[in-house]
Amino acid sequence: MLMNGAQALVKSLKSEGVDILFGYPGGAALTLYDALYDSGIRHILTRHEQGAAHAADGFARATGKVGVCISTSGPGATNLVTGIATAYMDSVPVVFITSQVATGLIGKDSFQEADITGITTPITKHNVLVKKPQDLLKCVKEAFYIARTGRPGPVLVDIPKDIFAAKMDFTYPETVKLKGYKPIFAGEKCKVSLVADALAQAKKPVFFIGGGINIAGVSEEFSRLIEKTGIPVTTSLMGMGGFPSDHRLNLGMLGMHGTYAANQAVTQCDLLIGVGVRFDDRVTGLVSRFAPNATVVHFDIDPAEINKNIKTDIRVVGDLNWSLSQLNSIITNPDISDWQCAVMKWKQERPLTFDEDTREIKPQSVIQEIDQLTDGNAIMVTDTGQHQMWTAQYYTFKKPRTLITSGGLGTMGFGLPAAIGAQLGCPDQLVWAISGDGSIMMNCQEIATAAEHNLPIKTAILNNKGLGMVRQWQRMFYQKRYSGSKHERGTDFAKLAEALGAKGITVKSAQELRPALEEAIKTPGPVFLDIWVSEDEDVLPMVPAGAALDEMIGG
Amino acid sequence: MKYTLAVLVENRPGVLTHISGLISRRAFNIESITAGSTEEPDMTRITLVVDAENEDELEQVVNQLDKLVYVIKIVNLTKVDSINRDMALIKVRALPESRSDIVDIVSIFRAKIVDVHPETMVIELTGEEDKIDALSEVLKDHGIVEIVRTGKIALSRSPVAAKNN
Repeated sequence: MLMNGAQALVKSLKSEGVDILFGYPGGAALTLYDALYDSGIRHILTRHEQGAAHAADGFARATGKVGVCISTSGPGATNLVTGIATAYMDSVPVVFITSQVATGLIGKDSFQEADITGITTPITKHNVLVKKPQDLLKCVKEAFYIARTGRPGPVLVDIPKDIFAAKMDFTYPETVKLKGYKPIFAGEKCKVSLVADALAQAKKPVFFIGGGINIAGVSEEFSRLIEKTGIPVTTSLMGMGGFPSDHRLNLGMLGMHGTYAANQAVTQCDLLIGVGVRFDDRVTGLVSRFAPNATVVHFDIDPAEINKNIKTDIRVVGDLNWSLSQLNSIITNPDISDWQCAVMKWKQERPLTFDEDTREIKPQSVIQEIDQLTDGNAIMVTDTGQHQMWTAQYYTFKKPRTLITSGGLGTMGFGLPAAIGAQLGCPDQLVWAISGDGSIMMNCQEIATAAEHNLPIKTAILNNKGLGMVRQWQRMFYQKRYSGSKHERGTDFAKLAEALGAKGITVKSAQELRPALEEAIKTPGPVFLDIWVSEDEDVLPMVPAGAALDEMIGG
Repeated sequence: MKYTLAVLVENRPGVLTHISGLISRRAFNIESITAGSTEEPDMTRITLVVDAENEDELEQVVNQLDKLVYVIKIVNLTKVDSINRDMALIKVRALPESRSDIVDIVSIFRAKIVDVHPETMVIELTGEEDKIDALSEVLKDHGIVEIVRTGKIALSRSPVAAKNN
């Protein structure tokens, strides 16, 4: 049956199992939007393309499915850029479909023309400009395949307006033929044996797990490994939820705002086993003093991660589903009771703490209260800054894919739209968005999107009347010269929420906090809590940038 | 140290953007990059000369390049017995009184004169990079107007093609 390119595209989206997508229309995208009109695919109109990009990303992170985001050409496409980079840094499978001016107008600085494949080359796993109608469906098939296989990531397909209009038959390719792309599943068995040997000899081993655990869906296999061996575990920000936060062997987060126990354990260990991590600078601190006495093992699906930041002694390249089950089948029980005692002592003696206060609301206590009220079962979506670190520190993550946060790029404005995507992907789960008075303003227009679809997202804005993390650094390292980091005129977020169709609650004192949180949970639909917290609270402990992990301030 | 890589890529639009974008994003040091068609119509061969501190740094370049979807294969030719060539066209000032000198130099270097103008000559030389450097040095006295070089291309002496290696 003859149809136009846009209709064929929509049919291929259905073949890929897409039933919801996020986007914003415009001139070059009109044919595509026309095909979507009665397609049965649910289209979520955000209030800004950046919101659509983060929403598709949040959807993908919460569900494990490929997120889809569409936009028009030019500014529609360039507004996606931060969202694409955010997804890229955290290996999130999202297919971005941008419209382009008609092929005959490309290169002529036409109205709403931007070279979006050129712009996004360094921030996509792959991208392509479709130049001929006969390439369209092949490119779409490849995009979904590339996005979800191997180390996942965003793929952008740029489609000129005339290709949406071109007549074609719908023949969706069944297989993908890409000579240069072969995602790895199984690696070398002998490397796994080397790890087992190293473990048998180790006196002070520690596991360090990252986002790869969540992406690969290997939490259960990993937990079996830990139950069997009793080896302590620390996680990166992206690894949270991959192993229960309340497990006795979980030492908490590693790195700049990591726990004393985690940072000590890694500094003193003789065997460090990284699983699905990339040894980011926020985790390692000073590289030359990171795990200085340890044999380093690195499990990852991406060979380019090996030796990128930290020199590895044993590499196991492959899908964690393959490598961890291999390891589980041959591992023996190491004798590490002295080490376990030492690590448990650090954990008990130096837990995360903050000064309680009865008058002011402590931001950490907000997270603790939400943790208690939700029993650690909510999907927590954060923005970027102090509130993000407090969420990681004080929420008890029990299941994979329950912390949704911009770990790599550290994108302010990510939280609310990502929460919208997560809620639409997981309609039966309670979704909390934790934000700050800085971050929320970077995509606050999406309150209207949440209200329009009556999404029951509960948003806690930890309002410290300024840019908390910037001010913390200025306080610690720039002699309290608070340059450009104060909101001199505050925003009434409750009124803002009401204006955009959601419920708003202002919380000014510690006594009001618990009832307000309970009210928010009870209220159907979106609720925004403007919570006035202590203005000069620091995220502690802290390893200053460029210092070693055992040079912690506070905690 | 300089390393020579043969990078076999699918001949698709945008492939060079992906390669150059990656090099710039990862801050790799590239001495030269040349690309051209091959024995297979849908395959392009790129020769990259990479300046890397050590083998570990080179491994990063190779692994990152290998992640690009259109990159089929990368072969490190640095330590393989191979033929390395660069070609230069050198336009040199050549007034009638200095022409015979230049002709002598050209013949010593086994270069070729490919164009003559009343005031200049164009010399073509193919060889390893240092040979071209040496010729350029000698011709400097006569006044070099402009030089164009292809950058290095390399092919192993082994009977097996890089694609089947």
